[in-house]
Parts: sequence; C-alpha cells; structure tokens
Amino acid sequence: MSGTFAREQPSGRPEQGEQVIAFRSAGKVFPDGTEAVRDVSFTLRRGEFLSVVGPSGCGKSTLLRMASGLGPHTSGEVEAEAANIGFVFQDATLLPWRTVRKNVELLAELDGASKAERQRIAADAIRLVGLEGFEGHYPKALSGGMRMRTSVARALTMKPPLFLLDEPFGALDEITRGTLNEELQRLFVSERFAAIFITHSISEAVFLSTRVLVMSQRPGRIVESFDVPFGYPRSPELRFDPEFGRLSGEVSQALKAGYE
Amino acid sequence: MTELDHIGAALDVQSTAAAPPVPESRSRVARLAWKILPPVVFFVLFVAFLYLVSYVLLSPERQFLLPPPHEVVQNGLFDWPNLHEQLIALKDTTKVSLIGLLIAFVIGTALAILMSQAEWIERSLYPYAVIVQVTPILAIVPLIALWFGYDVQARVVVCVLISIFPIITNTLFGLLTVDKNLHDLFTLQGAGRLTRLWRLQLPHAIPDIFVGLRVSAGLSVIGAIVGEFFFRQGTPGLGRLLDVYRARLESDLLMSTLLFCCLLGIAVFLAVGVVGNRLTRKWFEQGERA
Ligand SMILES: Nc1ncnc2c1ncn2[C@@H]1O[C@H](COP(=O)(O)OP(=O)(O)OP(=O)(O)O)[C@@H](O)[C@H]1O
Ligand SMILES: [Mg+2]
Repeated sequence: MSGTFAREQPSGRPEQGEQVIAFRSAGKVFPDGTEAVRDVSFTLRRGEFLSVVGPSGCGKSTLLRMASGLGPHTSGEVEAEAANIGFVFQDATLLPWRTVRKNVELLAELDGASKAERQRIAADAIRLVGLEGFEGHYPKALSGGMRMRTSVARALTMKPPLFLLDEPFGALDEITRGTLNEELQRLFVSERFAAIFITHSISEAVFLSTRVLVMSQRPGRIVESFDVPFGYPRSPELRFDPEFGRLSGEVSQALKAGYE
Repeated sequence: MTELDHIGAALDVQSTAAAPPVPESRSRVARLAWKILPPVVFFVLFVAFLYLVSYVLLSPERQFLLPPPHEVVQNGLFDWPNLHEQLIALKDTTKVSLIGLLIAFVIGTALAILMSQAEWIERSLYPYAVIVQVTPILAIVPLIALWFGYDVQARVVVCVLISIFPIITNTLFGLLTVDKNLHDLFTLQGAGRLTRLWRLQLPHAIPDIFVGLRVSAGLSVIGAIVGEFFFRQGTPGLGRLLDVYRARLESDLLMSTLLFCCLLGIAVFLAVGVVGNRLTRKWFEQGERA
C-alpha cells in the first residue's frame, strides 16, 4: 500500500465537527517578564489533528498549557469548549506506586466512577494501546515506550474530545516512535477527537496531522500553517511519497526561517 | 546517625549509602562473603586490639578499665542473675523507645501534613521544629522532669523530642517534591486538597517517611537511654543500669549493657528498614530521586 493510494481517498479524512478551541491574538507573559507566546490565532475543530513545531524554548509547552487552562493566557482570548481534556505530558507522568491498570483507572477514579465501570474503561484503553498482559506491572518494570503507552491509555479513558500531547514520543527510538505514531493515528481515525500535538520531528508532524503550525523563536508566533492533504488511514510508506517529502521540505524551510 | 547508616549498608537494608559495586557474575556465596567478610575481619581485629590493651598495655591493677572481652561475655551474658537484670532493662528500654517512636511518628507526620498544606503554616511551625532539634536534649531534661516527673512518661517525652525532627523534615520533603506534571494531571481532573493529599502526596512520601523513621528509630533508642540515665528513677532500663554499673566500677557489666544498647538500636533500625522495604520495593526505584 502506498501513500499515493492513501492520497486518492480523501474520504478517509475524519469529518470536521464543532469548534473545540479558539485562540484569538492570545499571548502569554510570565510574571518574571518573559514573553513566551505572542499574538497566536487559530481554531481547532473536532476531527482536526494539529501539530506544532518550533525551536526549543519558543513557547510550545506554554501554548499547550494555555489551551488546557493550566497556565492561563495574559492577553487576547482563548476559548476552550472541551469539558475534559486528555493531556499527555512529555514524560509518562505515571504514579509509580500504582500498577498499569491502576494508573489507567486513575482519572475515572478521580471522577468518582464505580469500580466496575473503572475496570471496564481501563481494560478497553489498555487493549487499544496494546498493553494486555502488563496490567499488573509497576511502571518501574516497563520500558519507556510502554510507560508512554500507559500514559496515552490513561488519557483515553475519559474519551476526551480534546487531546493535548506535549512531545509524547520525544524520548523514544525511531521504531517504537513509528509504532506509537500508527497507534495514535488509528485512535484518531476511530475516536475522531481534536488534537494539538507538539513535536520536534517534522516527519512525525506531517505524518499524523491535518494541519501543521510552525512557530518562531521566542516570543513564539505562528509563522506559517500547512494543510496536509493526505487522507486517513495513512500507511507508514507514505513517508517515502514524493508529495510527503515536498511538504516536509516546506515545513522545514519555514522552521529554519523562524530561527532567524 | 552515620554509624547506623553504615550498619544498615553492611547488612543490606535499603540505605542511602551506596553499596560497593559487586559484579553480577559472581556466585551467591561469593557475593555473601563479599558483604560479610569485611565487617567480620574488622571485628576480629578489634577484639584482638581489646585483648592487647587489656593484657599488655594496662597494668593488672588497672585492668578493670578495660576487662578482656571473654570476661565481659562470661559475667555479662552467661551469668543468669546479671543477664536477667539486663534483659529486664532491655525490655523496659525497648518499650519506652518504641512508644516514643510511635508518638513521634504520629505527631511528626501530622505536623508535616499540616505544613505541606500552606506555606504560612510551614513558616510558622518549622522554626520551632528546628529549635527542638538543635537544643541539646540534656538541657531540656530538667524541665521535662519538672513537668512530667521521672517515670515512663518523662522518658517517652525525651524520645519524642529527640526523634521527631527527621520524621517532620523527611515527610515534608516527600509531600512537597511531587512532580509538577502529576499535580497538573490532578488539577485537570478537578481534584481537591484531600484527594491530592491522599492519592498523590502521601503515597509519594512513603519512601521518605521511612528514611526519616529509620534515623528516628536510632535516635529514639538514644533518647530512652539518655532519659533513664538522667532520671535515675522508676523502672530500671538500660540507661539506669549503665549508671549503676559505673558507680560500682563493674566495667565488664557496663560493657555488656553497652552491647545491649547497640543491639537494640540496630534491631529497631533494621526492623524499620525491613518494613519500609517491604512496603515500597515493588514500585520504588532506589536512587530515582537521589
Ligand atoms: N514559569 C515560567 N516562568 C518564566 N518563564 C518561563 C516559565 N515557563 C517557561 N518559561 C519560558 O518561556 C519560554 C517558553 O517555554 P516553553 O516551555 O513553552 O518552551 P517549548 O517551546 O516548550 O520548548 P521545548 O521545545 O524545549 O520544550 C522559555 O524561554 C522559558 O524559559
Ligand atoms: Mg516544551
């Protein structure tokens, strides 16, 4: 199966639904005077997968925290409609004293779900990320990739309409990263959530997204936005497609320009 | 404290001191020998040194200053009336130090939880915890005697005062060093103070609580002995015996009692270490927060 094949099926693109997030000239200045984000505007709808690339320290994590309400904006407007948010942190952020199952159950537990309900939800999520058989393991006995998958599973349990992912696969090897990319995409196609995905990998961004935003050096502004025309599901070979290469090149150019 | 730490390391209880690197390929026996041999060799040398001092360096009429080790063992451990006296004292001291440790644990943990809830509480209470820690215990003992009398309660109070600080600081450290992302996770889920404390901060602090408890366990034994030594009333404990034997110039019994003091300290220290290990070894990665 080739990327061309995928591209010829635009119907594979998830339906775009209601607006989940809107930034209108939003900015963030920290109390110490550091201006991290300036004049950012975009809207995100359900069924959209938005990747953000930019130089290190340009304000990507800050942007994500603004979107989640964890670190409110200081200027402009941020409209966030999502009742609950699946936040996946850069490291797995698991509770080391809980097993995989108990970690995945955490959010439902905090929400006051019954035990039976929690267990059902957790079992589903664990199956989705392919961690069956490891439910009783503690994080210490998991590989980095498995911890990350546990973290993704936990975020999945609440069936959030909005996913915020902060370089979730940054510390993983190429192969594991590729596998998790495909799993994430499969989930995206089946669950049709909205997502903001921070990454340093251009190919990861293009491979997963409906749209890629490129940010400049701090204070972070959006310097360019690329629509990704490929439909879903996308096969891993899409990465070798000439159109994929061209688009990645353009994103790379914009990223370099942002450094100046 | 440091001596106790070394003992813990030698006997392989969860310890902050790094164990000597041992190649994994060696057999179990070799590894065990590697652990046990150094302290054993040192022990033999030390006993030899005691004999040397006792027989060679000291003139016969001054030998009572350092009786040869076999006399200590014979008179202190194999003479039933003497042994009985010491065992009863051991039981008494053990009781006092364990009660003291338990109370210090309850109060110390409660104070740490309170301090973790707001900076102003921490700032109001912490200086006084420091003052309790730095005041020489012997300086407060007369006051304690005045307020609590000379019996068990007074000795327990000494134990609590001397052992509470490590519990407060370590627990507080554990409660306050939870990863910010984990806090954010709870915030996103709308978790309140109590949920956060119960599901996040306290479990996270368990290893630290046991670090504090281990140090405090040793201190509490010291507190019990110091208390008895000073109060010289009520049921006789090890500290009281030390004083009695000293007055009678029975240095062999003095030394065997000293031995019991050490053993009690080590036993309490190890017991706390074992319990801590049991509770956390499944999930706690040693050194991950070093
Ligand atoms: N709490 C804070 N107070 C002051 N300045 C901050 C704070 N948090 C972040 N910053 C600054 O804001 C800028 C953006 O930080 P941010 O973490 O958003 O970068 P980033 O794009 O996520 O970087 P990376 O790709 O390395 O993760 C940085 O210069 C950082 O020093
Ligand atoms: Mg970041």
